[in-house]
Amino acid sequence: MLRIEGLTAEVDGKPILKGIDLEVPAGEVHAIMGPNGSGKSTLSYVLAGREGYEVTGGSATLNGVDLLGMEPEERAAAGVFLAFQYPVELPGVGNANFLRTALNAIRRGKGESELDAMQFLKLARARLKELQMSEDMLKRGVNVGFSGGEKKRNEVLQMALLRPSLAILDETDSGLDIDALKIVADGVNALRAPDFSALVITHYQRLLDYIVPDKVHVLMQGRIVQTGGPELAKQLEASGYASVQAAA
Amino acid sequence: MPAVAETLDTVQSVTEGTYKWGFETEIEMDFAPKGLNEDTVRFISAQKKEPEWLLEWRLKAFATWQKMQEPRWPAVKYPPIDYQDAYYYAAPKKKDGPKSLDEVDPELLKTYAKLGIPLKEQAILAGVEGVGDSPSEGGRMPIAVDAVFDSVSVATSYKERLAKDGIIFCAISEAVHEHPELVKQYLGTVVPPGDNFYAALNSAVFTDGSFVYIPKGVRCPMELSTYFRINAKSTGQFERTLIIADEGAVVSYLEGCTAPMRDENQLHAAVVELVALDDSQIKYSTVQNWYPGDAEGRGGIYNFVTKRAQCRGKRSKVSWTQVETGSAITWKYPSCVLLGDDSVGEFYSVAITNNHQQADTGTKMIHVGKRTTSTIVSKGISAGKGQNTYRGLVRVAPTASGARNFTQCDSLLIGDQCGAHTVPYIENRNMSAKVEHEATTSRIAEDQLFYCRQRGLSEEDAVGMIVNGFCREVLKELPMEFAVEAQKLLQISLEGSVG
Repeated sequence: MLRIEGLTAEVDGKPILKGIDLEVPAGEVHAIMGPNGSGKSTLSYVLAGREGYEVTGGSATLNGVDLLGMEPEERAAAGVFLAFQYPVELPGVGNANFLRTALNAIRRGKGESELDAMQFLKLARARLKELQMSEDMLKRGVNVGFSGGEKKRNEVLQMALLRPSLAILDETDSGLDIDALKIVADGVNALRAPDFSALVITHYQRLLDYIVPDKVHVLMQGRIVQTGGPELAKQLEASGYASVQAAA
Repeated sequence: MPAVAETLDTVQSVTEGTYKWGFETEIEMDFAPKGLNEDTVRFISAQKKEPEWLLEWRLKAFATWQKMQEPRWPAVKYPPIDYQDAYYYAAPKKKDGPKSLDEVDPELLKTYAKLGIPLKEQAILAGVEGVGDSPSEGGRMPIAVDAVFDSVSVATSYKERLAKDGIIFCAISEAVHEHPELVKQYLGTVVPPGDNFYAALNSAVFTDGSFVYIPKGVRCPMELSTYFRINAKSTGQFERTLIIADEGAVVSYLEGCTAPMRDENQLHAAVVELVALDDSQIKYSTVQNWYPGDAEGRGGIYNFVTKRAQCRGKRSKVSWTQVETGSAITWKYPSCVLLGDDSVGEFYSVAITNNHQQADTGTKMIHVGKRTTSTIVSKGISAGKGQNTYRGLVRVAPTASGARNFTQCDSLLIGDQCGAHTVPYIENRNMSAKVEHEATTSRIAEDQLFYCRQRGLSEEDAVGMIVNGFCREVLKELPMEFAVEAQKLLQISLEGSVG
């Protein structure tokens, strides 16, 4: 379970997160919604340990392990996976090679044995099949020349291979057509398990039709101002964030 | 094959931040007296029991050299070199007689074993003779190696096997005696003794190197390789390599090099000449790993090398691939003179400069024959305080109708104290020629590093992967076995360059 208490953080000296309290129990999927500039992406980067996102107070633990003191790669090994809003291109680096290196790094971190090329290929093919993706995905450079939808699908493929205990999806739905959206949602839903939790960060309610969250939190001006069930997302869609702002 | 992943795994076990080839071999040596004059030239020639014509050739080169000036145009800085304060000949003491592997000093065999260079002939000599044209040891192709230790070739493997196909692979000092007609016919015809300051110096005092002749229509059945090792202190290495591919011949040749860690600078001024006749192909690959000096810029090899190929024959092809990770200063421009109609020249290069390393490297493609084509792919990587310059010339002569060139120069910067420079010259004297040039400069972006680390890769592994990706187009040109080695080297060369 992810437990965040009193988390404050700043970027370039400017406070962005102003005291976040949040619990995502194992096995649950929570959505975080909020207007632009509310601190949604900052929260995901702070949890993943990106440079330049300075934690000024509070704590964040995953299954009792303190995340904030660790390097990004240690957090990855501890089970944190961030699906990027804008997946990065790595020219010349083959996707299969990248995925296997990442998987083995995480397996090493967990004290598991590494997979050789054949074992990896078998596993990757199985995941691709589950996600209805083409094997070409493995042969291409990491995200190079991928369409927006393909990049997001690649994020889901990585997630399916790495099997994190906490997945953070940072506006994974942005720029996706409805078919791609379904594939992404199916990917997340397929991972649902008692030892898996997810934080789905989104601007729109649309994605939550496909990934039905256990809880919805509204993030505004660096604080969670409202928490509710899936119906809260629909309410926001209908009346906008202004209504929440007025209430808060 | 995800070779990078394997490479990264291997690298985990390598000691961090050190040059692991920096050890010294304790062995008794013969030296020429320190300094450089006519007597030094005569001494070297006498040591090699050379014929009169070669001594004359050397002395003429020496006279030319004395009138020449060190080039000042490269974008590299170093204190003046005292050419009198070095040894020009250093050889392990040995008895006379023909060289066979059994007679090689065990100290030397140990040295090469430590460097991971297979001098022992496997499979074939072990009695599996005559199994066919593609001998293998545990599924791998064997590699014939000529090992040059300071000034002399100490061993050459698989000579007998190669001789069956009429291939000559031996030390050039041996070729002078065994195949004088070939040496006389080709030596200095691609790089004349007066070509440049270092080539003249080399022509006067060259000591050893490899000689290769592939006869008409023969495809060399294995990779040929020369491994250069500078061991002795205060000693320059001046090797000379000559490769001739006769009509329709095909050969792939690899050169590797290392040196002990010393806080003095040592000079390595080699000359490599390649001759490709009609329909022949030469692939020449270099993994250059001379000692680069320490993190403060003390010591390291000055690598001032002239490499040139002449595609004399119609439809001949020469391909240079180089991975330059070592040396304090690199000054080299492997070039192709495309004389034969429809001949092809290629240059694929990765040059890394870290700490205080400087590299001024590139190529020259001289188009003379009709429909000649050339491709240049250069990848420069600068880290630490390294300075990296690509310097290239594409010249199209009036005769070269329909000539084509494509050049791509990419630079990658790591950190904010390094530099990358691109100096491409294009001289086109034929209106029907097509010359293309593309160049990019990029930095390893913070978001690329974070993306990799979020997926579990350490920062150094992430840099290694991004750099290997950047160099992919060049690395894939290397023979398989060496591509893995080269990737490992890239990673090690960049250790400590981030964070």
